[in-house]
Amino acid sequence: MKWIVLALIVLAVLWVIWAYNLLVSLRNRIQNGWKQIDVQLKRRHDLIPNLVEAVKGYMKYEQDTLQKVIDARSKAVSSSGVKATAEAENLLTQSLGRIFALMENYPELKANENVLRLQEELTTTENQIAFARQYYNDLVMQFNIRQEIFPASLIAQFFNFKPGEFFSVPETEKTAPRVDLSLPR
Amino acid sequence: MAGDLQRREPQDFAERQARNRRVSAGIVLLFIFFFLAVGLSVDYLYLDAFTPSGPPFAIATVVSLILATGITLTSYYQGSELILRSLGAEGLDLQLPEHRELHNVVTEMALASGCPMPKIYVIFDPAPNAFATGRDEQNASVCVTTGLLTLLNREETQGVIAHELAHVRNDDILLMTLVTILLGGIAILSDWAQRSFNVSRSRQGAGGKSALLVIPALLLILFSPLISRLLAMAVSRQREYLADATGVEFTRNPLGLAKALGKIRDAAMPFQLASRGTAHLFFVNPLRRSVDDREGRLADLLSTHPPIARRILLLYQMGGLPGGLKG
Repeated sequence: MKWIVLALIVLAVLWVIWAYNLLVSLRNRIQNGWKQIDVQLKRRHDLIPNLVEAVKGYMKYEQDTLQKVIDARSKAVSSSGVKATAEAENLLTQSLGRIFALMENYPELKANENVLRLQEELTTTENQIAFARQYYNDLVMQFNIRQEIFPASLIAQFFNFKPGEFFSVPETEKTAPRVDLSLPR
Repeated sequence: MAGDLQRREPQDFAERQARNRRVSAGIVLLFIFFFLAVGLSVDYLYLDAFTPSGPPFAIATVVSLILATGITLTSYYQGSELILRSLGAEGLDLQLPEHRELHNVVTEMALASGCPMPKIYVIFDPAPNAFATGRDEQNASVCVTTGLLTLLNREETQGVIAHELAHVRNDDILLMTLVTILLGGIAILSDWAQRSFNVSRSRQGAGGKSALLVIPALLLILFSPLISRLLAMAVSRQREYLADATGVEFTRNPLGLAKALGKIRDAAMPFQLASRGTAHLFFVNPLRRSVDDREGRLADLLSTHPPIARRILLLYQMGGLPGGLKG
């Protein structure tokens, strides 16, 4: 009888250690995921002035849009914390998207190798931000679920784990894309 | 239909990895056992090893065991390099815009999948195709042909790379690499056994040996290429569907991959460098065989790749679109 009780206690302690370690490792992976996003955001901040400089000469009638991008960038650079950063960066993504759309109207830009290179660099940075965010949010979801489901939630409360913060997606991206199914004739 | 697939396949990466490692270990054991059996039968039938007049120890058995261990270790540690070298793969030249774009796309997908950055190679060949190899996430390589880079746009290349990184993430690459090299090993062995069989038959008849043992040995020799083929085929088809689904989990864009498959199918270019031994590695079957376009249990057993039409259909269904579209 004594041995059974002892075995149960040992098992319980092992389970506590396991659950605690899982939470800690998830928290570290989330921090690492956030760093990945941060690296890409910094890279984008560095690339944007170069792009604006390169296209300014061509896009004479779009100075307003270019100025908006510059403003959005400086706002994003100075923001801190997951939520504020996410908002500022989403604004920047939108204004950049507008520039890319406008660039389609200037055929000379497509012949400029420097611009093309910058555009590819910025495209990949945008994508990397999106994918890093996707991965980060998946991790945060796993972490939060782990903290909420029953036996593990006791551990989370006892060791005072806080739920992770999502890097939110802007409203415009949340709406499902509309797909045109009419066949071209 | 996608529902069935998901029910049969493990949901979680860790589970898929564990299963693939189990199958890999099984294949290595089977391979060593196969060598042992062939070595023993060669010893018994042709070298008279277990009689007083024979050699002092079972030479063929020992040689074939050493050979099997050597090949297994080589294929584990060097397999990906051997495969890449035999296909003439080269590293990226980041001065070229196309290669830079490929590098960027792979970086993006590595981020999305949570894998470390794999090594990237290209093969200078007009046939559009791609494959991944290596022994684990840390030692993975992704390789595409230049034909793929010229044929596909950014979105489609992303779909293909996501599919390849799904193979990396699911730990399919270790299994595929082992199968490729061990397959070569079995082919060498069966050639060798056949030759020694011919030689000994011309020297003396099979007299004195029990006919009961000659027949299984002969069967082994005759069927070894078939066994190895079946092995490659059995491990591949479900994994391709699963890698498509996992790739879409990374890109969240089933249409990119579906369009890539459609373009590659319409290009219809067989890849000259691939052989029956390496075919199962590739994104689409490099050897155009009609069995790949069929469905059903026999085709599932005999083919390394699922029919492209069905892959496209499943991808359109994932995207919530009717699969009947000509993609």
